Amino acid sequence: MDAFDWGAVPAALPFLLDGMQLSLLLLAVGMLGGTALGLLVALLRLFGPRIPAAIAAAYVDGLRAIPLVLVLFWFYFLVPLAIGRPVGALPSALIAFVIFEAAYYSEIIRAGIGSVRSGQWQAAQALGMTRGQTLRLVVLPQALRAMLPILVTQAVILFQDTSLVYVIGLRDFMTATSISAEEGGRLVEFYAFAALVYLIVCSAGTELAHALQRRRSA
Amino acid sequence: MNATVSVAVASSTEPVLAQAPLLRIDGVGKSYGTVQVLSGCTLDVQRGEVVVICGPSGSGKSTLIKCVNGLVPFNAGRILCDGVDVGLGRQVDLVRLRTRVGMVFQNFELYPHLSVLENLCLAPVHVLRRPRSEAAERAHQLLVRVGLPDKAGSLPGQLSGGQQQRVAIARALAMDPIALLFDEPTSALDPEMVGEVLDVMVELARDGMTMMVVTHEMGFARKVADRVVFMDAGRIVETGTADGFFSEPTTERARGFLSRILSH
Repeated sequence: MDAFDWGAVPAALPFLLDGMQLSLLLLAVGMLGGTALGLLVALLRLFGPRIPAAIAAAYVDGLRAIPLVLVLFWFYFLVPLAIGRPVGALPSALIAFVIFEAAYYSEIIRAGIGSVRSGQWQAAQALGMTRGQTLRLVVLPQALRAMLPILVTQAVILFQDTSLVYVIGLRDFMTATSISAEEGGRLVEFYAFAALVYLIVCSAGTELAHALQRRRSA
Repeated sequence: MNATVSVAVASSTEPVLAQAPLLRIDGVGKSYGTVQVLSGCTLDVQRGEVVVICGPSGSGKSTLIKCVNGLVPFNAGRILCDGVDVGLGRQVDLVRLRTRVGMVFQNFELYPHLSVLENLCLAPVHVLRRPRSEAAERAHQLLVRVGLPDKAGSLPGQLSGGQQQRVAIARALAMDPIALLFDEPTSALDPEMVGEVLDVMVELARDGMTMMVVTHEMGFARKVADRVVFMDAGRIVETGTADGFFSEPTTERARGFLSRILSH
C-alpha cells in the first residue's frame, strides 16, 4: 500500500471505459442539441417578435445564473412530474445538458451573427434575397467560422461538466474512476490517471480551438 | 369609334412607354429622429441614362440611392422604380425589384466564404431559380467581360481591391438587371486600381445600362454622365448636363464644392 501500484488501473479499464462512453454521449448530445436549440433561441432573440424575444432573453439570463448541478437535479425530479411517469436518470440528464448548454451556445451564436458586418446583409438583400436566405446562405456560414474556436472551448468546458451527473446517480468517467479508487484503496493512482485523461482530452480540444483561431486570422 | 381606337393605340405604343422614366424619385425625405438626412429630393431617371450624383460627404447621396432599392426606408415622398412603389411595396415586390436593380457597394461586400464563381451564382440560383449550370455559364461570361476570366476559383480575400470590385459588378450583372446603382464604387480603392473599375463602368454605360452613380470621379462623370446631380445637406441643389455642371455651375455651393475637389 505504500509504494504506487498502477496494476489496479488496467484491471479497471473496462469499467472506466463505460464511464467514458457516458461522458462522451453527454458531450455529443449536449453539443449538438445545445447548438440546435441555442441557434433557435439566438434567432428568436435577434429577429423574433417582441414577446418571444423577451422570453428567449429571460431563458438565457435565467439559466446562466443557475449552476448546472441544480439544473440536473431539477430535471431529474421535474421531468417525471411533467410527463407523469419516471424517465430514468439518463434521459433527464441529456435533457438538462441540452437545455443548459443551449443558453450558453445561444450567446455565442448571437455574438457570431453580430460579428458579420451589416454590408453583407445589404449586399445579399440588394440581390433580392429574403432575410431567411441571407441568414442561411450568407450570414450564418460566416458567423459559424467566427464562432468555431469559442464553440470548441465551450465543448471542453462541457466535457468537464459531464462529471456532475454523479449527483443523480449516473456513472460518468469521473464517477467510475472515483468508485474504482475507493474500492481498491488506490486513490492517488486512479485520480492521477483521471487527471491525465482529462488533461489529454481537454488539451487536444484547446489546441484545436487555437488552431482554428490561427487559421481564421491567417 | 375612331377616337376610341386611336386612344387605345396611343396608350399601348412603344414610344409612349419608353418615355416613362425607369425611376421616379418624387419629394423624398428621410429623418433619423430629429436629424433630417434627405428632404424634398426629386429626380427622374430615363432608361439608358447615366446619372452621377456628387456632393460633400454627409450630403445624403448614398442614403438616396439606397432608398431606391428599399435598403433604407424613407419617411416622405414616393419612389417609383420600374413600376414598383418602393416605399409602400410589399416585401414580395421589393424582392422582385431588387432582382432587377443591382447595386455595387463601396466596400465590395463580396461573400468572403464563397469562391468568385459562387459569389456570382448564389442569387441567380437561389433567387431567380436558374439551373446551376446556366448560372455558372453566365458567371464565366461575365468574368470575361470584367477582365477576370481566370479568377472563378479564387476567394475574394485573394484578390486586389480593384479585382474585388470588378467581381462585385459582375455579381450585380449576373441578375441581368435593368439598372445599376453604384455607391461610391472607387472610394475604398488604392488610387492605382480606380482606373480598372471605372473602365468596366464606362463600358457598361456605353452598352446602354441605366446607371445611378454616387462618385467623386469627375473624369468619369465628364466621360459618360448624361446628367450630374449635386447634393448638399440632404437636398438636390443642382441638376444639369455634365458639361454644363463643370463649366458653369449655377449655385454657389456647387461652385465651392467643385473648386475644392478639382483643386488637387
